[in-house]
Amino acid sequence: MIEIPGLILFAGALLVALTRGVVRTAILLLAPAITLWWVWSVPDGVVATVTYLDYSIELVEGSPVRRLFATVFSIMAFVGALFAFRHAKTYELAAALAYAGGAVGVCFAGDLITLFLFWELMALFSTILVFCGATEKARAAGIRYAVIHLLGGVILKVGIVALTVKTGSVDIRALSATDFGTWMVLIGILLNAAAPPVSAWLADAYPESSPTGSVFLSAFTTKTAVLALILLFPGEKVLIGVGLYMIFYGIIYALLENDIRRILAYSVVNQVGFMVVAVGIGTETAINGASAHAFAHIIYKALLFMSAGVVVYRTGFNRCSDLGGLFRTMPITCVCGIIGALAISSFPLTSGFTTKTLISEAASEQGLVMVYYLLAAASAGVFLHAGIKFPWFVFFQKDSGLRPKDAPWNMSAAMVLFAAACIFVGVYPQVLYQLLPYPVEADFYTPYKVLFYLQLLLFSGLAFFLMLPLMKRTLTISLDVDWLYRGLLPMLWAWATEAVSTAQAKAKKDLANASSTIITWLDRHWGDGGVFARSWPISLTALWIAVLLTAYVLVYYL
Amino acid sequence: MKQTPEQTHFLTRPNTIKWLWIIFSLVLAGLVALQLLIPIKGRFALEQGFAFAAWFGFGSCVAMVLLARVLGWWLKRSEDYYQSMPSIEMRPDDD
Repeated sequence: MIEIPGLILFAGALLVALTRGVVRTAILLLAPAITLWWVWSVPDGVVATVTYLDYSIELVEGSPVRRLFATVFSIMAFVGALFAFRHAKTYELAAALAYAGGAVGVCFAGDLITLFLFWELMALFSTILVFCGATEKARAAGIRYAVIHLLGGVILKVGIVALTVKTGSVDIRALSATDFGTWMVLIGILLNAAAPPVSAWLADAYPESSPTGSVFLSAFTTKTAVLALILLFPGEKVLIGVGLYMIFYGIIYALLENDIRRILAYSVVNQVGFMVVAVGIGTETAINGASAHAFAHIIYKALLFMSAGVVVYRTGFNRCSDLGGLFRTMPITCVCGIIGALAISSFPLTSGFTTKTLISEAASEQGLVMVYYLLAAASAGVFLHAGIKFPWFVFFQKDSGLRPKDAPWNMSAAMVLFAAACIFVGVYPQVLYQLLPYPVEADFYTPYKVLFYLQLLLFSGLAFFLMLPLMKRTLTISLDVDWLYRGLLPMLWAWATEAVSTAQAKAKKDLANASSTIITWLDRHWGDGGVFARSWPISLTALWIAVLLTAYVLVYYL
Repeated sequence: MKQTPEQTHFLTRPNTIKWLWIIFSLVLAGLVALQLLIPIKGRFALEQGFAFAAWFGFGSCVAMVLLARVLGWWLKRSEDYYQSMPSIEMRPDDD
């Protein structure tokens, strides 16, 4: 069992929960480091197998793409732990490590049963992280998050069972969504990727977690879904449409948003959309693009969430409308946030440029004209909603009067590490390209490509500043599909309970009226002086008998 | 009232902002001018036009901001919108 790299993080989580002080910090940082070493010792092919219910369970299967995702998850767990260890609660840190353990477990799962097991462990521990926001809103969001993910787990499980019954195999292999089982598996995975129509859970839950918890949340769930799509549904064309929807959904909702961490949460959906499109294209370049972009994305998105987390931690404010001008006293947080924002925007010399261009190139190679243009428009939109909007409204914009201290040393160290990684991958992309599942031969630092992206992004910047009056922040939220269960369902429930209680009251009243009428009628006829309770003279009885007999005789003869 | 040095950070001075706009405009113009020197290698028809990325990036962003603005009228609600919703609670009957 020790051959499963994810178990090191689970063991670390258990020890973190039981220890305090320096020992806890050491375990917190060592567990991801040992995991990383272990990840790189996993060879290609199936490594660990057990038999369960006559199924051959492949607990660990190595491959370049699996190692790539496990590598970035381990790095994320290490830097996230560095960021959080002085400020997060013990149970939050333990849950975060276990969550990372689940993600690494999914990376090496050689069969659907193992994948499902770690998948659900991730759902469990990530829910705890949402609850770590420790507010009433976080509690409610955590419950909604858990319900959605448990529902997704059930859908995935149904799909796995249907697939197993049909094929007799639980192996992870390339599938095509052609029957009930494969569709259920695809839907179950897409739910974790925050695909439509249930994208709202991500922006609902992540910003409600603690400033440290949302850093971990941004990294694992959606990216394990991307890996699962790469392994199970490469080239599934429906994913192109799904991904494009996610890309533009993320941009539009982020533009409408006022909460800084919710802007970043919508941006996660947007970026995962790029990866989903790439998996849908399915060529070697596209799969390289999805894998590389996931790697880069985890780093720059965590960096952005760290930057936002420091701002929330230092100021206590979440909203753009309350913030502004923080560059004065938070230079490290500001610069690191800007580097993250440039990386997410694919600015040349940052990681995003060297990874997103792979996806555009894949669309171009396949002659997908519309997809190519939409990806280009989306790249401009990313610069608009995350590249400029986030740093502008948080660190510049106006002087909010806030003069918070910059990040504590550990948070600064974590941000500087990830900011350096964004630039390193941007300057030396070959280091990342060597880890990808297929060889990368193209060089994207050609004068034309660099000029293309500079024009695209800087003219997007011009559009942002010219249209700033149209983007004035408002104290609002935006309705999403979650309105169905956050708005419509409570309204229907209230209407139904009101209708039932009204019906109950009416029934009670009617019953009381009916009883009263019956009692009155009975009393009138059988009560004191009632027609059936009175004494009658015998002569009257004789008269009635005579009348009845006469009537009988008449009827008989007629 | 005299402003403190902190309030007049050089990045917030009108003169600095004016210069930033001038530099930004020059950079934008330079990027378009560079297209004259760097051959266009676009694969698709539209992309082969002069300074395609410049106008396409600008136009896309304007379109997205306007679309967000229009959708905002329909989708935006006050921050306590969901708090004002009736809550789903299974309460024992008062009777």
